[in-house]
Amino acid sequence: MKRVSLASWLITILAGLYFLVPLYAAFQFSLQMKRDTLSFAAYASVFQSDVFLRAFVFSLVASLAAIMAGAALVVPTAYWVRLRLPKLRPVVEFISLLPLIIPSVVLVFGHIRMFGSSSFLPLTTTDLGTNLLLVAGYVVLSLPYMFRAIDNGMAAIDIGTLTEAAESLGASRARIILGVIFPNIRAAIVSGAFLTFSICLGEFAIASLLNRQTFGPYLVQLGQDRAYEPAALAIMSFGLTWILMALMQAFANRKPGQRLLPFRKGPTR
Amino acid sequence: MQPISRMSWLGVLPWFGFTLLFLIAPMSYLILGAFQSPEGGLTLANMAGLSAPDIAASFWLSIRLSLASALVGTVTGLLLAHAVVLGGLPIWLRRAITAFCGVASNFAGVPLAFAFIATLGRLGLVTVLLKSLGLDLYAMGFSLFSFWGLTLTYLYFQMPLMLLVITPALEGLRPEWREAAESLGADGAQYWLRVGAPVLAPSVLGCFLLLFANAFGTLATIIALTGSNFSVVPILLFQQIRGNVLYNPNLGYALALGMVLIMVVSNLLYLALRARAERWQK
Repeated sequence: MKRVSLASWLITILAGLYFLVPLYAAFQFSLQMKRDTLSFAAYASVFQSDVFLRAFVFSLVASLAAIMAGAALVVPTAYWVRLRLPKLRPVVEFISLLPLIIPSVVLVFGHIRMFGSSSFLPLTTTDLGTNLLLVAGYVVLSLPYMFRAIDNGMAAIDIGTLTEAAESLGASRARIILGVIFPNIRAAIVSGAFLTFSICLGEFAIASLLNRQTFGPYLVQLGQDRAYEPAALAIMSFGLTWILMALMQAFANRKPGQRLLPFRKGPTR
Repeated sequence: MQPISRMSWLGVLPWFGFTLLFLIAPMSYLILGAFQSPEGGLTLANMAGLSAPDIAASFWLSIRLSLASALVGTVTGLLLAHAVVLGGLPIWLRRAITAFCGVASNFAGVPLAFAFIATLGRLGLVTVLLKSLGLDLYAMGFSLFSFWGLTLTYLYFQMPLMLLVITPALEGLRPEWREAAESLGADGAQYWLRVGAPVLAPSVLGCFLLLFANAFGTLATIIALTGSNFSVVPILLFQQIRGNVLYNPNLGYALALGMVLIMVVSNLLYLALRARAERWQK
């Protein structure tokens, strides 16, 4: 058994080097913007750039819009399918998984042709329409993850009983979804949301082909123009991905009804 | 509960409306276009056009790159997963590696390319370090912006993905099987050859296909590393959408359909193999 363990350590150390050296290299490189001295000048330069701020905020808004639209679409559907139309479940689930086999460059190709200037719904001819198309594309990309997260969340609560209880108190259908189902699967939605966020924030193909000035195309442009800022952004992106994944995990493992912050005491009744 | 009314299908109308408009219709448009001539008649000429030398070369390059990166990812990811699951590492390290893999498997695209340029680019940390030790990588023919450079970069998200998807299968190897084999006189190699490998084979092959599909659709990492000089299929399609470089829109549709078909086949095989593998995990 000793020999196996030694080999394991060796493999782990080699893998560790492979994973950590690029991060260290990017970090070290990012500090060298000023000659002969280490500084955070590259980071400052990124944050002082209007182009960065505009692109990042635009991506942030588009991702948030995609998350909200995705949740508004998936929650009622998953609820209704579980409650009333279990026979449709395989169809809905199959559709939700389709984006996994469609590369985003193919998806946006379809969108551009379908909603081009000569189509019945020429979304790409106006700025607003193109932005809508971007968000729609992001919603499609995130469907597999959103649907699975929310559907798992619903599996953990008894939606049948909750619905009956709410109905017997006279709640309307919309009130049940907003006031009863939604709060109970909040953690599942947030978990799906963070994953959606990490997919959409740096997305390149769709944004670039729709000519939207988002974070992804900005990064590619920056890589062609600058030397030190890209390294700084690589480090910040890794940190951001880490935070998003940690939050996703934290929410995915939470039980329904658990508080947002585990250490905060609830009101005593 | 209310009886199921005839109106209950209205509840899924938004879902089918949205997916029809933004997923199914656009894809059908491309698929139909792939079988139409510019004048609108039905034809197989576009699909046949995929065998033109430059397009076939793109597909071949994409397939080779995805195969190489999936193969390296599968082998290294399996070794690491074995070390983590069965190698007797301390529990904190095991947790740290799994958490790191969750992040790294999602760390793709442009920032990943930047990190590797800072490491193995012409002025990268490792390149410069090795040069000062008398080992000039670029003089020896290595380039980060080449086939093997891309493979090495892809490994950063492929290896962690492999670890994450293969871990359940490794955990499913029951200690009793090993004990039974040993009590019958088998050594470690015999156990792996006769018991471990046959049980794991469907899972490993399935994960390999998942990694293949994962690499096949990658676009942003390549663009950030090579501009658009490295003409894999996603890059070719990207350029076709930008500027109709194939001079035939319908050939573009066929290209898109070709990509989707490769994704469909590898994913279907993955699902079939996973179903086969789950027989052992009950």
